[in-house]
Amino acid sequence: MSVAIEVRGLAKRYGDVEAVRGIDFVVARGEVFGLLGPNGAGKTTTVEILEGHRERTAGEVSVLGHDPQRRERALRERVGIVLQSCGMYRHVTVREAVAHWAGFYPHPRDVDEVLDLAGLSEQAGVRTGRLSGGQLRRLDFALALVGDPELIFLDEPTTGFDPAARRQAWDTVRSLRDLGKTVLLTTHYLDEAQALADRVAIVQDGRILAQGAPGDLGAGSTRYRVAWRDAEGEAHERVTDDPTGLLHELTTDALARGERLEELSVTRPTLEDVYLELTAGGDARA
Amino acid sequence: MHDVALSWRQYRLERRMFWRNPSAAFFNFLFPLILLALFGAVFAGDQEALDVIVPGIAGMAVMATTFTALAWNMTFLREQGVLKRMRGTPLPPAVYLSGIALSALTNAVLQLALVIAAGRAFFGTGWPQDWAALAVFTAAGVVCFAALGVALSHAIPNFDSAGAYINAVFLPVILISGVFYDVAEAPGFIKDIAEALPLKHVIDGLSGALITGRGVADNWEALAVIGLWATAGIVLAVRGFSWESRRR
Ligand SMILES: Nc1ncnc2c1ncn2[C@@H]1O[C@H](COP(=O)(O)OP(=O)(O)OP(=O)(O)O)[C@@H](O)[C@H]1O
Ligand SMILES: [Mg+2]
Repeated sequence: MSVAIEVRGLAKRYGDVEAVRGIDFVVARGEVFGLLGPNGAGKTTTVEILEGHRERTAGEVSVLGHDPQRRERALRERVGIVLQSCGMYRHVTVREAVAHWAGFYPHPRDVDEVLDLAGLSEQAGVRTGRLSGGQLRRLDFALALVGDPELIFLDEPTTGFDPAARRQAWDTVRSLRDLGKTVLLTTHYLDEAQALADRVAIVQDGRILAQGAPGDLGAGSTRYRVAWRDAEGEAHERVTDDPTGLLHELTTDALARGERLEELSVTRPTLEDVYLELTAGGDARA
Repeated sequence: MHDVALSWRQYRLERRMFWRNPSAAFFNFLFPLILLALFGAVFAGDQEALDVIVPGIAGMAVMATTFTALAWNMTFLREQGVLKRMRGTPLPPAVYLSGIALSALTNAVLQLALVIAAGRAFFGTGWPQDWAALAVFTAAGVVCFAALGVALSHAIPNFDSAGAYINAVFLPVILISGVFYDVAEAPGFIKDIAEALPLKHVIDGLSGALITGRGVADNWEALAVIGLWATAGIVLAVRGFSWESRRR
């Protein structure tokens, strides 16, 4: 496995605030890695340290073999960045902006192709000051992709998107993966992490609470959901860490009474269950 | 792309953006001309006074197009997050800033040309006497005030207060530095303050170039003072440079 990003014992403090307190993770080349966590968890801080925008307090960081803190141009030529929030020149058109950005990079992508990919072909001649919030976000995407980067940082890339635009952005991320690019994204949306990320890390209070493939994260969880309808037609739902035992109990009772358990279902914990379980635990600790 | 080419591209983008905001561009260029017209009308027929006003307004124009414009623009770009976005690209900071500075230089030159042409057309000041001195003092003034403008932007905490900070520096400096009168006739302490500030020396240099024919060799002390301020400005501009808004 060739490594794109390696983070060891990363810590960051702002005055009294310990935003990141010892984070470790590795992102393989070609992988889509998601950082998931509530507001103030330290996602942006972590990502911006990797982008070279902030200096770390402690720990080791390697991005495509470089230390981002040294701000080498050779690294910036291989990386595309979508910041969580960021302004743009208002008096240039979308196409001018993308074409201008293309000039910064040694091997840029075709401008029209990037406009198309970002869903901005129709706005190509519009000044950026007249774009809607979601369209501006697409421009952020376009500017990050036009340099044909190997590694793309996306800090809450779809916040402010309508559902169709979100799907389109997801397709864009998937097409980046198909091209063999590495993507590090942060999000609040569990469905987004589930849909896009090969692996996710759940972050809270500057620590990683769990990491793994979205499907596997559920495995360690205690939250199996068992639902059924009783003879009176009333719906029941129980959360258990032992679905086998619970099912045995329920079915034995039902058979003894000669009833059926209508609509019986057992649901594996979703990423959302795991997330809520873990982050609620964090709140209780704090 | 070669860095010189990149700088040129950035410059072209800056120019395009400048002209795409035509009302701002118009008032930028009009403001010194309005002042020139006003004072020219007040002192009509008094050539001695006009010979002070024209280089004074020329000096003010250099300061307005560089110091004021850059303090304003850099604060705006920083608060908007444009600087941070640029910083994430491979464009070297020095190349980026050179594009911005060249654009300010262009405005200073255009503005000077307008003032000089208006002086010749309406206020009897004729064409420049010493082109070399004109070039040297314009260049020195641009470098000095551009650096000081960037340095001031670091002190401005947010965009809403930018106007207050800039005017608090710009207005006293132009009033004290003999834009509208001959500093030699001012009370002693005003004169001393003016002597310590760079604008008075830029105006002296421009006055030599435009009116009296005093060249660089006769005005080297003025150049030295501008040079000192330029050095301080560059150090402060580089040291305090911040790519992003301090707190959102
Ligand atoms: N520049 C800063 N100065 C001081 N404190 C900061 C700064 N940036 C972030 N913080 C603090 O660090 C903590 C983590 O912030 P960060 O922006 O990394 O969180 P996040 O996970 O990205 O949150 P969100 O989901 O809201 O974007 C927060 O408590 C925040 O207030
Ligand atoms: Mg964030």
